Amino acid sequence: MDVTIILFPGTNCDQDTANAISNHLDVVPNIISCKEKVIPKSDLIILPGGFSYGDYLRSGAIAAREPVMKDLIKKARDGVYVLGICNGFQILTEANLLPGTLLKNRSLKFISKAVGINILRNDTFFTSCFQKDQTVFIPVAHHDGNFFIEKDGLMKIEDNNQVAMRYSEPVNGSSNDIAGLYNESFNVLGLMPHPERAVDRRTGSDDGIIFFKSMMKYINN
Amino acid sequence: MKAIVHIRLKSEVLDPQGQAIESALRNLGEEKISNVRQGKLIELDIQSENIEDAKKKVDHAAKTLLANTVIEEYSIEIK
Repeated sequence: MDVTIILFPGTNCDQDTANAISNHLDVVPNIISCKEKVIPKSDLIILPGGFSYGDYLRSGAIAAREPVMKDLIKKARDGVYVLGICNGFQILTEANLLPGTLLKNRSLKFISKAVGINILRNDTFFTSCFQKDQTVFIPVAHHDGNFFIEKDGLMKIEDNNQVAMRYSEPVNGSSNDIAGLYNESFNVLGLMPHPERAVDRRTGSDDGIIFFKSMMKYINN
Repeated sequence: MKAIVHIRLKSEVLDPQGQAIESALRNLGEEKISNVRQGKLIELDIQSENIEDAKKKVDHAAKTLLANTVIEEYSIEIK
């Protein structure tokens, strides 16, 4: 399995994500710059968390127009798995790979804490090792995590079961408490919680490992 | 030519920043101010032969990057 992590100026979760992938997916990921025009052959491409371009204009807006994104969008449309964590989720919405957008938290506060996350489906590449409707504890750390989409769009993603996970209680004002979202083909997932920060009980929770195990199981099968 | 792009949140999008500003104004005793909403203004120079063409180019910039049309609307002023 080949995994590529894309690095933007201001990304800061790349090493945590690379460690989680190395430890739980048994593969050393490639880390490439967003200035590259071609992404090496990959089964999974990850946009990690951080503050690309200092959240200038809108979070993820500048990153979504970087040279690497053209190939990423093409590969995503060809079915390559793409995971956007936190700022990565924001970049995916700005690149129109996922619908909606992430507004400032309702409270206008940066929220950094472990929260309960309900995993709604366990039949995708990213979640096959979860129980259906399982609640896990994974940290969030964001200022712009308030998922917004207009009414018709919200109905559409709910009807298509594209909602990947919800906060077990309101966290940031997100529509329908949405914490993670798939595209229509379920090969692209954006999520605000940081699974790569929940891989060791000594730092609170290791529930994030289930994501990485799911991906490995899917590939091995 | 100089262009100014005004970007504002669509009316149906909640604006907690606007609400915070409004509450600060109330703290200053401004009780007759309400419905405060915060937007953005982007200024840029554009080389173009005529206003129509300049407007078209700026409109493309606004649509593809400056504004996120999921939540924002924009208007363009050319000087």
